[in-house]
Amino acid sequence: MRLLALVGGVLLLYSRSAWAAEGAGATTKAVSGGLLETALFYFVAFAAVVSSLGVCVSRDIVRMAVWLFGALGSVAVMYFLLAANFLGAIQLIVYAGGTLILLVFGVMLTSKSPWVKFECPKVEFLLSGVICAILLACLCIVLTEATWAGTPQTVPGASVAAIGKSLLTQYVVPFEIAGVLLMIVMVGAAHLARQED
Amino acid sequence: MTQLASNQFSVRSAEDGVCMRVFLWVLWMGYRVFGPILELLMAMFRPFAVAIYRIGGPLVARMAGIILIGAVVSVCLGVWAHALLFGFVDDSILARAASAGVTVAGPFDHFSPSTWGLTPSQIAAQLHVVGGVWDTVSGVARYLLWPVQFGIVRDLIGVGALIGLFNVIPVYTIWWERKVAGRIQSRLGPMRVGGWHGWAQSPADGIKLLLKEDLIPQGADAPLFRLAPYFNIIPSALAFVALPFGATYVFRELDVALVFILGVLGVEVVGVMIAGWSSNNKWSVYGAMREACQMVSYEIPMGMALLLPVLTVGTLNLTKIVEAQSGGWFHWLAFDSPFMFAGFIAYFVASLASCKRAPFDLPEAESELVAGFLTEYSGIRWSFFFFAEYAVMFVVCGLAAILFLGGWHSPLPASWGCSLGDAWYMRGVKGLFFSGPIWFVAKCVFLLYVQIWIRWTLPRIRIDQVLYGCVQVLLPLTMVLLLGTAVWVWASTSDCPTWATIQRISRYTLGGIGAFFVIGFPAIAVYGFYHRRSLVGNLVQDAMPGS
Repeated sequence: MRLLALVGGVLLLYSRSAWAAEGAGATTKAVSGGLLETALFYFVAFAAVVSSLGVCVSRDIVRMAVWLFGALGSVAVMYFLLAANFLGAIQLIVYAGGTLILLVFGVMLTSKSPWVKFECPKVEFLLSGVICAILLACLCIVLTEATWAGTPQTVPGASVAAIGKSLLTQYVVPFEIAGVLLMIVMVGAAHLARQED
Repeated sequence: MTQLASNQFSVRSAEDGVCMRVFLWVLWMGYRVFGPILELLMAMFRPFAVAIYRIGGPLVARMAGIILIGAVVSVCLGVWAHALLFGFVDDSILARAASAGVTVAGPFDHFSPSTWGLTPSQIAAQLHVVGGVWDTVSGVARYLLWPVQFGIVRDLIGVGALIGLFNVIPVYTIWWERKVAGRIQSRLGPMRVGGWHGWAQSPADGIKLLLKEDLIPQGADAPLFRLAPYFNIIPSALAFVALPFGATYVFRELDVALVFILGVLGVEVVGVMIAGWSSNNKWSVYGAMREACQMVSYEIPMGMALLLPVLTVGTLNLTKIVEAQSGGWFHWLAFDSPFMFAGFIAYFVASLASCKRAPFDLPEAESELVAGFLTEYSGIRWSFFFFAEYAVMFVVCGLAAILFLGGWHSPLPASWGCSLGDAWYMRGVKGLFFSGPIWFVAKCVFLLYVQIWIRWTLPRIRIDQVLYGCVQVLLPLTMVLLLGTAVWVWASTSDCPTWATIQRISRYTLGGIGAFFVIGFPAIAVYGFYHRRSLVGNLVQDAMPGS
């Protein structure tokens, strides 16, 4: 386990183009499919798959949360690998730093016993198994049927400024609707949590 | 008694026993073969070790202060030599480019000395072009610099420097905090270990913590208990990856450096929560819950306060934010508008909460929760949490210095700073003393000192006060500040002369207030020093410097 972590760290540090792709002017270049990056991709993908499986298999809620952290974190690393630095950092803030904490926090506040275990009825198990099988089949069909573009390239103008500009011009309506939705959720949560007078 | 003993020893199965016996046999044979060699080596080196200790010990004890100062000066000189060499190469490239009528793009455009972007082969080539005595120098430099031209080697050097920094900062901040705490409480703090003002106290503590037993409570969730410190320490080390110390002294210049640092600092909370939960101890859980409450709520005003400079400069790239503040004291972003000035204070308060410093140190409140989430930890895992805490303190102060206090620029006017027109040696000197990592570190250290000062001055507040302060004071305040800054930035784009006057007046007023505080700080210190006789205790009076 430690060896794996070490290998991952070393690979991450050496895949320069992912880190510096949008950095100082002199280092901008297209994402190249170098050996190190390929190796790192497989490593991170493996970590993501293993931790996702851990989320499903583990029955302790807090351990599940930690596995979930592994999955979300490896997806964030994958974003960095694809030179989508902004998306990677936001993934860390929103999911790893926000959602996950709220999850564990909820468990702490609501649990009756120290170790909360999931008890899964057989019906639910079967139902979720069927849904997962259907989803897997759909994904396989899409993967085999789709036509893939040739070599990977950095999207031109995918900088933070471009993202902000498009959020406030082209996609302003969905952006605002999402904001209103979050506002409604917040007001609703505050109402539910309010003490009875 | 016999029953108990047999119970204990019957746990191992027969197979285990065989494995154990084979293992012990191998160990024994290894000892028989290598033992004498080891003993011979030890017998040879023992006198050396004793001699080194006998000679070096008193020397270090007597001259520790000189050694510390010498180390700092030699680091500065090393940086200076680097700046000189690379500045010289910059100069020669620029001269050659000018004679050839070529505009040089790339690393030269916005700062100097700035040859980090060049490969040493290019540097050596440039040194070679100049000829004369530099031809010899270049010949030597070419061989010296040869290994550095590989990206991996540079990265290894960078990672080494970062890890070294990450180790040195907490160790000496802890020592310093204990000294400051002592002085604030009219005592001396660590005085004995190492000789000069207990300078070796923290390394000694570190060695002690390394050797202590690593206890894991029986009822704890062992894998999570073991994992939690890493969730804490790795993000805080990662933050240094994107934190610039100078225009060219940054490991990876990310275009989203600010968001990246915020993200990794947010991950740090996960470690504390898992530590609290997996300890299976009610004090730990209380500590973790408080931490979660505090962090989740204070991240919002902190992020909003950080948005103010981003709004003004228009980028998330920390290097560019600092470069926008060049030109001296009055150009620092903290004095840009009243909103920014208030935003700096709001950010500092929120950053205290985000690195669990007093008065927000509820997660580990010693007087209420034993040690909060740290209760069950011992040894090296315990020290991991402290490394992370002090490193995050530095990062948070670094962000404050970068975003509000001009980063690595000196408060001196722009004419004192570097410009491309200067000779290469002047650029080296100016790059070192007027806009360089030294200024950045000095500002960070000052802010760290303020954090320590606040910790030993203010009492801890209650959790409801913490949340009140966030939700009803800081959050509305930063929202108003964000709006005000937006209006200010929008108004700055107009060409109205009255507005320009208002802006100038506000800038100089705020700068004056800032200068008043910065000059008042040493003034109060001097006042305190001259009235030190009224302090409590003979010991303090006798050991105070100058008495």
